[in-house]
Amino acid sequence: MQPKLITLTINGRTHQVALKPNVTLLHALRDLGYTDVKNGCEKGDCGACAVLLNGRAVNSCLVLAWQADGAEITTAAGLGTVDRPHPIQEALADSGGVQCGFCIPGIVVSAKALLDRNPNPTEEEIREAISGNLCRCTGYTLIVEGIRRIIESKNQ
Amino acid sequence: MANFKVVGKPIRRFDALSKAVGATVFADDFKMPGMLHGKVLRSPYPSARIVRIDPSRARALPGVVCVLTAADIGYAKMVADIPGQTGQRERRGSETPVLAWDRVRYKGEAVALVAAETEEIAERALDLIDVEYEPLPGVFDPLEAMKPGAPVVFEPDNIVARWRIRKGDIEAGFAAADLIIENTYRVPFVEHAYMEPESGVAWVDERGVINIRVSTQVMEHFRTVARTIGVPQNRVRIQGAFAGGGFGGKEDITVEVFLALLALHTRRPVRLAYTREESILAHSKRHPYIMRYRTGVKRNGRITALQAELIADSGAYPYLSPYVSLYSTVMATGPYRIDNVWVDTVAVATNNPFTSAFRGFGGPQPCFAYERQMDEIARALGLDPLEVRRINYLRTGDTTATGQVVHSAVLLEESARRALEALGERTPDRGPIRVGRGFASYFQSYGRLMWLHDTSQAWVGLELDGTVVIRCGAPDPGGGQLSSLCQIASEVLGVPLENVVAYTPDTALTPLAGTTTATRQLYMSGNAVLQAATAIRKTLLERASRYFEEDPDDLDLADGRVFVKNDPDRSMPLADLVRICAAEGLPLSHLAMFKAPFRDPIDPETGQGDVFPDFTFGTFAVEVAVDTETGQVEVLKSVACHDVGRAINPAAVIGQIQGGSHQGLGYALMENLIVENGEIKTPSLSEYLIPTSVDYPTTQVILLESGTGVGPFGAKGIGEPALTPVAPAVANAVVDAIGVPINELPITPERVLRALR
Repeated sequence: MQPKLITLTINGRTHQVALKPNVTLLHALRDLGYTDVKNGCEKGDCGACAVLLNGRAVNSCLVLAWQADGAEITTAAGLGTVDRPHPIQEALADSGGVQCGFCIPGIVVSAKALLDRNPNPTEEEIREAISGNLCRCTGYTLIVEGIRRIIESKNQ
Repeated sequence: MANFKVVGKPIRRFDALSKAVGATVFADDFKMPGMLHGKVLRSPYPSARIVRIDPSRARALPGVVCVLTAADIGYAKMVADIPGQTGQRERRGSETPVLAWDRVRYKGEAVALVAAETEEIAERALDLIDVEYEPLPGVFDPLEAMKPGAPVVFEPDNIVARWRIRKGDIEAGFAAADLIIENTYRVPFVEHAYMEPESGVAWVDERGVINIRVSTQVMEHFRTVARTIGVPQNRVRIQGAFAGGGFGGKEDITVEVFLALLALHTRRPVRLAYTREESILAHSKRHPYIMRYRTGVKRNGRITALQAELIADSGAYPYLSPYVSLYSTVMATGPYRIDNVWVDTVAVATNNPFTSAFRGFGGPQPCFAYERQMDEIARALGLDPLEVRRINYLRTGDTTATGQVVHSAVLLEESARRALEALGERTPDRGPIRVGRGFASYFQSYGRLMWLHDTSQAWVGLELDGTVVIRCGAPDPGGGQLSSLCQIASEVLGVPLENVVAYTPDTALTPLAGTTTATRQLYMSGNAVLQAATAIRKTLLERASRYFEEDPDDLDLADGRVFVKNDPDRSMPLADLVRICAAEGLPLSHLAMFKAPFRDPIDPETGQGDVFPDFTFGTFAVEVAVDTETGQVEVLKSVACHDVGRAINPAAVIGQIQGGSHQGLGYALMENLIVENGEIKTPSLSEYLIPTSVDYPTTQVILLESGTGVGPFGAKGIGEPALTPVAPAVANAVVDAIGVPINELPITPERVLRALR
């Protein structure tokens, strides 16, 4: 099949790109320079490529770019920057939950999706929410701890 | 420097926020103009003769720029021996073909390389390379491989390495025993499963230097790359990106040589990034071991003799098997005083995936055996497992099985007591759910083998505004190595931490600091930075002593100022002092080389000699619930207690320990790389399972700080040790719960049910 022109709104910027039907959203995003979306397995096993698609967390490797035509996509880099980090990003950096950091953008996205629908999750709910994001460095504890701290500081 | 201002504080690592906002440029996030995409053709057979390779159809595909087979690269071979600063070592038989031409020895061995305008074209080109194979009989079991008449992976035989320890009088030791406990233990292949698959970009620059920006644990591989492809060593530059995990899997060369060859042949930038499946196929694994242990004990539990036979599956190429198996040999006894020791270790070639470095480097496998063995001794004698260990634990001043005297603190008993106490009240059994508790103590080296003559260099310099730059070629695969170096410089120079910058390693810009392996980087490069910063501190204080007319010892540096200790109002900004020094031509930078102690190799007949700079000691304790109807093991609580010497950044140390504990729990209960007839049956992360956030509860960490390590400020190493004792502790807990021994990993429900029957 021939490439089709699609519109992707990514972190508030609108891109028009001609893509073949077999291109995944993961590849489309990385090719456009959104390299904070990590390629860890391309099978939906690891969660490193998670993004918000119209506010819902998805593994971008399991979504075809055509399916995202017209959608709003937010990546970890769209949530915050070094100068103006999102509270989740700040909290993960402070808690020690960032080691190699390859899984972290995906975890930031999963945590954002969780807090958007449930501002007061229990530890169990936090663990459940990031259970699709594999991390090989931390054992998850300091990541969970970081997310918990945001909730605690909000509730104070 | 008794009162630390920066060292010992749980600071936020400088790389953390950049990673959290996705701004860190990992190896596969980097692009060059006109960049090509590389792919590797791999053998579908574990053992075969290559009859013919014909790349002509692939070369004809539009968009393909380059196809390389062994014939195009002069049948190049790569030395896969241990990399080091004092020159590449060359063990006989340690070469591997870069691309196979006459024979393939494992499934996934590289046969050809492609570079094309797009990744898709490169992938299609792989299908167009015609390779005719003639399958050969293979050997897939190390025991079979040692038998006469077995298929030979390499001439003259399948023995990759042998090591031995002969200490004391083993016969007399067993004769003195009241009881002899004999068991065989088995551990499987394990996959590193770092989240970032191997990747990099290479290009030839205007000087004709091949640049390789790559995810690696070893910058010094530039030498191997140069030698392998036949260019001078000063024509290869490696830039180390922040790596997305390593755990030993990025210690051997991965994509570097392929990238260099493709860049050189195309004269264009080339990117090569493995898929997850290719990563699992292409890189090393943790060694499976068969371990036969025979321990003689007195009725009170005192060990009189230990005999161990260790058989490691080295897979299809030696890589670091000779060294991994040496580590296993040296640590085979565990941290115990045993006068009569007899160890025979053999690493055996098979047509399985090759095995090499993995966190612990041969330490965790025998730990499973010696710590299961300690519990079996306790069970047989009806003694408390802690009591059996207590009367055998090494103490400072004792000698290890190789005759090396331990000089640092040995807080084994304290670590075991604290870990067990922290488990708290015992969870009661519930019907078919049986609760058990277990623990394991260990020793694990940090720093490399002393006969490798290991060194690390670091350059520290003050800028005229009083800020600090560190240039140190230490790769950071996630442990926070570079951040800890900043803390050390900040402490010594009294410069606020935010005013210290450490560059990521680059062989053109940062002095060589050696490998991020062997739990050596804080020890080695931490000491190098400490030396360099101390030299600058001396210059600063000497100059300031003339200014203040005070003895240099009565001055101090802190918070960006120099001041008189007992009259802190007499002070000046560090930047002013720096400018005075600069105006007088005083050196404001220093290149330091830290040398580990150098020793001769151990005696090959007896295994006696000093092997490592020092050891880390500790204990992991765990409570599990075993469902005796389903065989499912649930971790209820776990505690890790290690003497880390000094925690430079306690947040990083706790993170290392929790991460290592989790990897250890995976090793104990879940991770099983199934290899059948040389074929990996679990080639993805949905088949090869690693722990998720819902599998195990938090491991409580207790840090002991004896201050007696050989690292900076008395630090010991913790990267590898964190994992070592976990699996045997879990096994001991399961055995405690069900009352029958389990001597093989992983402890799957099936294995538990089989043991119960």
